[in-house]
Amino acid sequence: MNIWIAIGVTAVGCYAVKLAGLLVPAGVLERPLVKRLAALLPVALLAALTAQQAFADGRALVLDARVAGLAAAAVALFLRAPFLLVVAAAVGVTAGVRAIGG
Amino acid sequence: MRDDSAGVRHDGGGKPDSAVVRDALGVGVAVGLSGFAFGVTSAGSGLTLLQTCALSLLVFTGASQFALVGALAAGGNPLTAAAGAFFLGVRNAFYGLRLSQLLALPRAVRPFAAQWVIDETAAVALAQPTRRSIRIGFTVTGLSLYLLWNLTTLLGALGAEAIGDTAVWGLDAAGPAVFLALLAPMLRTGTERAVAGLAVVLGLGLLPVLPAGVPVLVAALAAPAVLYVEGRRARRKEDDETGGGEPPRDEPPRDEPEQGEPEPSEPLLSNPVLSRPEPSEPAPDEQEPGDRTLNEQGPEQPGRKEDR
Repeated sequence: MNIWIAIGVTAVGCYAVKLAGLLVPAGVLERPLVKRLAALLPVALLAALTAQQAFADGRALVLDARVAGLAAAAVALFLRAPFLLVVAAAVGVTAGVRAIGG
Repeated sequence: MRDDSAGVRHDGGGKPDSAVVRDALGVGVAVGLSGFAFGVTSAGSGLTLLQTCALSLLVFTGASQFALVGALAAGGNPLTAAAGAFFLGVRNAFYGLRLSQLLALPRAVRPFAAQWVIDETAAVALAQPTRRSIRIGFTVTGLSLYLLWNLTTLLGALGAEAIGDTAVWGLDAAGPAVFLALLAPMLRTGTERAVAGLAVVLGLGLLPVLPAGVPVLVAALAAPAVLYVEGRRARRKEDDETGGGEPPRDEPPRDEPEQGEPEPSEPLLSNPVLSRPEPSEPAPDEQEPGDRTLNEQGPEQPGRKEDR
């Protein structure tokens, strides 16, 4: 049940902000400070999430094969690989490291 | 979407419809296929098939979906988890703002178009030269991505059981890779990098001491914090230049460009496929969590090995 609550709240919230962007008069969101903050908030969230999903196991910090996968993804990005290849590189290298080490 | 030629420019700026469709399909298919990773991740995090598919159908913004299942898997309370996912979705409002001017959709169509307002559709649409190609790009990207994302989510969720332990296949690395791919093109200036670095420190540093899901929300404060510091520095610099004797005025001090830092021309373009990720700092993954490493195994991931 808890999970459905999370799904419902997320779905409604995410749809609402998408629609708001299309409906809101341009002036409201065009203030420089709001725009600046809106551009930087995803940076903060994505950085924190990337780090947590790569280094966290529950509430413990760990260093495992995911780090190698993430490094592979970084290299793929650096080489301007397409999105799918970036994800595939991370998955493949992580699996490979586990296979070797496991 | 209907063909409305009223707003279409007929000057030489246009490119052939087929080229727009090809670009849009390229993005739609590539990103749509990664719904498979989401399906597997979500099912592997303990969500049911129905819950997993509901997320892709109803939320349809990848980063928020990954964030939600990640937070739930980590034992976060549902509202905190939803809050993190929601804050990640807020950027779509800003895409919508740009797109509403460019697409010029009739009001009745907007509620239907809204679900497709995401990173990828915005990236493709904003890269087009004319209203006609913008509409084609948005529609083709949105449609192909929505169909494929949901289809591959279903396949991934179904396959998760057959795959067994998703960690063995490295599929737990898909989430962070997606986040990194979305993040990398945003790290253009020192400001963005400072925000990212501070967010990583907050997100990891607070993880052991705060309830699950909360550290990410606290990490979001890196954005206003860096902006505040930057603003103060800009103001001090301004004071130095004017001899410092000028009393503060009532109007906001934001009129001058901050520190001559050029506002990126398309600050909302964050798609890794179309925008060009700048070889930036070696991503936040190189931050050193090593000294904090603990060897506890999370109870919810019994299959994980500590391979170093």
